[in-house]
Amino acid sequence: MALFSVPDIKISGIAACVPEDVYHNSEYDWVEEKERATLIRTIGVEQKRHARKGTTTADLCYDAAEKLLELLRWERKDIELVIFVSQSRDYIIPATAGLLQDRLGLSHATMAFDIGLGCSGYVYGLSVIGSLMSTGRIKKALLFTGDISTLNTSYRDKSAFPLFGDAGTATALEYCPGAKPMVFNLQTDGSGYDAILIPDGGIRNFANKETSFEYHKISEGIYRNGFNIALDGIQVFNFSLREVKRNVNLLMEFAGTSLDEVDYLVLHQANKLMNETIRKQLKLSPVKVPLSLKEYGNTSSASIPLTMVTQIREVLEAGKSRLLLSGFGVGLSWGSVLLETDHLQCPVILVHPNP
Amino acid sequence: MNISDFIAKVEAEFEDVEPGTLTPTTILKEAFTWDSVNALIFLAHVNVEYDVEISANELIEAVSINDLYELVESKLIKIA
Repeated sequence: MALFSVPDIKISGIAACVPEDVYHNSEYDWVEEKERATLIRTIGVEQKRHARKGTTTADLCYDAAEKLLELLRWERKDIELVIFVSQSRDYIIPATAGLLQDRLGLSHATMAFDIGLGCSGYVYGLSVIGSLMSTGRIKKALLFTGDISTLNTSYRDKSAFPLFGDAGTATALEYCPGAKPMVFNLQTDGSGYDAILIPDGGIRNFANKETSFEYHKISEGIYRNGFNIALDGIQVFNFSLREVKRNVNLLMEFAGTSLDEVDYLVLHQANKLMNETIRKQLKLSPVKVPLSLKEYGNTSSASIPLTMVTQIREVLEAGKSRLLLSGFGVGLSWGSVLLETDHLQCPVILVHPNP
Repeated sequence: MNISDFIAKVEAEFEDVEPGTLTPTTILKEAFTWDSVNALIFLAHVNVEYDVEISANELIEAVSINDLYELVESKLIKIA
């Protein structure tokens, strides 16, 4: 079982950045008014941010990192590790982490690579970056997570279009002997790879000018082409309702603690119905489970740090917080981490201007 | 669990259903918009209320309120 703890790592700061354009779901005229109202109420997304063509996830992450480095007053030469967790990279090749290393003016002694995960990406990213740093050889590192999901979502897909928003985040980590361990429980079930899928454009279904661009009717109100995100709502829903509570309960048992000891459970922001159902399963009050869905939608691997920045930043800046973070979805991949933050640097959410 | 209790809870869950209007023989498609969003709301409701999991295929086969009740009840019997 991928249950383990990573000692001696401190999270020093978290910043999040969104594109300028705000999309209001009340404008979504692909479905009629009554259905639109039910949809908005159920998924809990009133508005979200949409990137214009030309803005990349790395652009948002870059702005977040610059702000964070300014606040932390870190020397750039001290940063030796950069990880970019995303499913919307700048190019098919090379990895985007290298572009960020160069753009941020980090040294050639920096280790930099990408991880291709979504909903579970922040928790997985923390586990990889923390594990690499815990030997004590790397003192400072940056973890980037985020996605631009709106560019490959079909407007004529009511199951996906109203849900997704764009965002990028940066998390600064330091080697800090004696820091409370981060405790992880990470899981995978690749048999559900097609529950959230962009079928074309990879090597399995290489982009094809005859078939990839053509829109097909999937069901009532759902039309997609090969490059659009395809969601199997009920499959993802049942998976999340079954697995998240089990994963969390096992982690609590392994860590020898209980949910009563946790200040906040920050969930991946899937949709309101799903998040609220998980909250009720775990018998937690709404104040302990913050949501950013209403203003930002489902922002993939950015959702956990974005929720921390937009919903509980004053608390995180003011003192110590015991957090349980849990991401679940595309892969299928899911995981949780129990950690403590102490006087986090957490700037107000940044807005990236349109190109 | 009995059927009148089950019905009262379903009525409370759906905003477009007036309390007291559903009966065991009510046809789902006639009573409310029985679409994928409402199906998810129903799945979430029975998961929290009765701790049972229902698949998409099982849900598609249900025609009446009584079918839903029997579906949930059959899962409860398996757990017991």
